[in-house]
Amino acid sequence: MESMRERFTRVTAHALDEDPRIALVLADIGVDTFERAGVTARHPERVINVGIREQLMIGVAAGLAQEGLRPVAHSYAPFLVERPFEQIKLDLGHQDAGAVLVSIGASYDAAEEGRTHQAPGDIALLATIPGFGLHVPGHPDEAGELLTRELARSGRAYVRLSSEGNAAPHPVEQLTIVRRGRAGSPFVLAVGPTLDEVVAATADLAVTVAYTSTIAPFPAAELRAAVPGTDVAIVEPYLAGTSAAALADALRERPHRLLALGVPAVELRRYGTGRQHRAAYGLDAAGIRRSLDAFLGGGALAA
Amino acid sequence: MPSSTIPPAAARGYDDLPALLALLRSDAKHDPSAASTIDVHWVLYDRILRVAPETADDPERDRLLLSKGHGPASFYAVLAAKGFLPADALAGFGGFDSPLGHHPDAALIAGVEIASGSLGHGLPIAVGRALALRATGRSEPRVVCVLGDGELAEGSNHEAIALAGRLGLERLLAVVVDNGSATYGWPGGIAGRFASEGWTTASARARDHDALEHALLGGSPGRPHAVVARVEA
Repeated sequence: MESMRERFTRVTAHALDEDPRIALVLADIGVDTFERAGVTARHPERVINVGIREQLMIGVAAGLAQEGLRPVAHSYAPFLVERPFEQIKLDLGHQDAGAVLVSIGASYDAAEEGRTHQAPGDIALLATIPGFGLHVPGHPDEAGELLTRELARSGRAYVRLSSEGNAAPHPVEQLTIVRRGRAGSPFVLAVGPTLDEVVAATADLAVTVAYTSTIAPFPAAELRAAVPGTDVAIVEPYLAGTSAAALADALRERPHRLLALGVPAVELRRYGTGRQHRAAYGLDAAGIRRSLDAFLGGGALAA
Repeated sequence: MPSSTIPPAAARGYDDLPALLALLRSDAKHDPSAASTIDVHWVLYDRILRVAPETADDPERDRLLLSKGHGPASFYAVLAAKGFLPADALAGFGGFDSPLGHHPDAALIAGVEIASGSLGHGLPIAVGRALALRATGRSEPRVVCVLGDGELAEGSNHEAIALAGRLGLERLLAVVVDNGSATYGWPGGIAGRFASEGWTTASARARDHDALEHALLGGSPGRPHAVVARVEA
């Protein structure tokens, strides 16, 4: 199956061919991929490699946007979001310039590369900047659809690609009820690539499982309508608690308990595989189940 | 000073700038920066930039990106002198209801291209602007970025200087206002930092308007141009 990154290349290459507003800004990462796709040769003025200069990558994207182009900037998540964070805050946010930022690497896809190539804090950081659509696709089809939609818009968006994901795609930019529990049942919201692990973790539990690949704007109204009882859990593939405030705010009129799972703020100092990191952070099916059992007190077993 | 003593925008000259600046005087803390840039802004708006209040949104206009947003009083005074701002707006400088803050916000002032204040942001954006003009086939407008010699310490500038030079962004003009404020100085000179990356360079005393104009009009095809404008500290 095509990876999210391959889908990104295909969708962006198509957009460069079809829409003269689209411009791609790279900082060496991804340059070969787009050359192979032929778009660098076809659109040398709109496929811009700034070299290993990430502050400049964002500044250039802002300048392109101010002149009416639709910039896409792409790199590994830490180099796209964390290194040039003030450029994102000011050159995009404060200047009110639009851009589509597309990252790879996610929280621990690059487990063998070490902490330098991992950005579990990316979504939490970007959530501090007004107007960012934050997308965490869980399937290449979702990634493709989200990218296509955002390329046609003019605002600020972040699309967080990952090599983790789910077997099947779901509709984007809406809350999907994956499994409906009985009245008053606990509610588990899976974000992006965590869904298949959440479904496996809750197979024999009487819980409602919902899914979203967009975390900003936060689907507050849909969530209020979908939460059956008082016990609510969210499983995010990035920094634990990132969306806890938005979730608590969505449910502020209702008594509820909240469990927020995600990547903890620790220095793991391990290499290995993403799967190993997922297990170490308690985000595989077994770990999610352990946390849910502790949270629910073992009272959620299906009859 | 009442603004009624200041002539209408169309008639204002360099000699009216002190009266306009006086309207902004509550900003005493920033005055040295303001004084250091007033000649540069005046010569740019009076002699170089092809932009006026009525063409502030024209795609063919020249773009002035003030990166050195610290101490914008001289910038505001020149904008008022040239009719981009009503002189009355200057008196509210820094107030809650004023569009004019101690660092400019482009969203609040027509004719201002970028917000600035944090240093080292203007030149990278200017490079993006120049690349956009190239991509859209606009070969006439200039993108002018005004920065400071102290600000030049921010590494983001050097990312931009390198790329602009290698890509030969000939519509890009960087104006470095040099008031000798860089903490560790620039051994070998500021111009050399640009020249080694392929820019053409020129230097002038900002007080000498003819010399500054000559420097600003320099450059050669296929290369970005940098001007070091020396001012009193």
